[in-house]
Amino acid sequence: MAGKPKLHYTKGRGKMESIRWLLAAAGVEFEEEFVEAKEDLEKLRKDGSLLFQQVPMVEIDGMKMVQTRAILNYIAGKHNLYGKDLRERALIDMYVEGTTDLMEMIMLLPLQPPEAKEKNFALIIERAKTRYFPVYEKVLKDHGQQFLVGNKFSWADVHLLEAILMTEECKPDILSPFPQLQAFKGRISNIPTIKKFLQPGSQRKPPADDKFIAQVKKIFNI
Amino acid sequence: MAGKPKLYYFNGRGKMESIRWLLAAAGVEFEEEFLETREQYEKLLQDGYLLFQQVPLVEIDRMKMVQTRAILSYIAAKYNLYGKDLKERAMIDMYVEGTTDLMGLIIVCPFLSAENKEKQHAVIIQKATNRYFPVYEKILRDQGQSFLVGNQFSWADVHLLEAILMVEEKKSSVLSEFPLLQAFKARISDIPTVKKFLEPGSQRKPVPDDKYTETVKRVLQMNF
Repeated sequence: MAGKPKLHYTKGRGKMESIRWLLAAAGVEFEEEFVEAKEDLEKLRKDGSLLFQQVPMVEIDGMKMVQTRAILNYIAGKHNLYGKDLRERALIDMYVEGTTDLMEMIMLLPLQPPEAKEKNFALIIERAKTRYFPVYEKVLKDHGQQFLVGNKFSWADVHLLEAILMTEECKPDILSPFPQLQAFKGRISNIPTIKKFLQPGSQRKPPADDKFIAQVKKIFNI
Repeated sequence: MAGKPKLYYFNGRGKMESIRWLLAAAGVEFEEEFLETREQYEKLLQDGYLLFQQVPLVEIDRMKMVQTRAILSYIAAKYNLYGKDLKERAMIDMYVEGTTDLMGLIIVCPFLSAENKEKQHAVIIQKATNRYFPVYEKILRDQGQSFLVGNQFSWADVHLLEAILMVEEKKSSVLSEFPLLQAFKARISDIPTVKKFLEPGSQRKPVPDDKYTETVKRVLQMNF
């Protein structure tokens, strides 16, 4: 019988954080094994554990899953967070792709050269304010429901909350033009599994600091 | 009742090409509206067609779908090219993400400087030969089946064929060490819907040229 999912990644957010969020939101306990040095990554590669030589890798239900989106799709499907039919899945996928694009910009920021950082930071704020948040604000306003899709809690809601919090770390008042999103943030944060994940001591990881970035650069040769 | 899907994109491959492949493989006829001017793009924006202000856009089943992956997942599921259960879908998703990463290296090429193009070319061949193709070769060898997942034609097969052909355009002998991929390529190319798409006159788009690159930069006002 399969045990708890086991996550293989560095001890920080990166691409694994959305997976941690989704498992936590689904109330699934998971273990973590941290890649802390290049040798750890090499060992995983040599053991044939990494299909495309990359992490994230999640051991789940007898599979060694790689590729963030594949892993997220599987977890969402397994735990009924992927809508009730094909159309709802299409909406969830669209919304999640949007928040993925936004969060990726933020994730990559510490890896940019110093000259590009200021420009990219400004771009993140601009995109959040004019391209992404207005979309979700409008979705919530138009249907007046608690959740983004199908009047039911889904992966799209988890991902949007994660994106909101990440963006607020960049600019704390970013939600000031978006009253629906403010209410949404309050509501989703209060869901018991999420509330637990947001408390100190959970497996949620902090924003990247210089020490972590240096470690990541070393492990992945970037 | 819903008509044919309608694709809004530039008259070239880019991110829309995988969608053209999948619709064609599924035997679905589709229409296309090509973006040629900035004004067309701005009209789509003003009309509220582009959820995140970006193309690809596909009008399908009364939805205005954006985001390439969302569109591809929808088409795959609708036309039974997404496996029979959650685990098969997981395999298909993993394999498709691999070929997406590989093709992603190629899609950016037209927008690189001449110097970076050459570097990128080497990266593409190196990654194809060392990271990606060995994976699919091994899957085919281990299973001894005609298709990548569940002994049934799926999105993963279409996407891999597309990737193989794209890399071969960069280096025609790239499959020389991969006999099973060579056989796979021939087999999948022979599937009637795929064969039709590979014939001249289909909606398959050619290798990007300068005109394509210039159009994209102008319409999207990319300042490179």
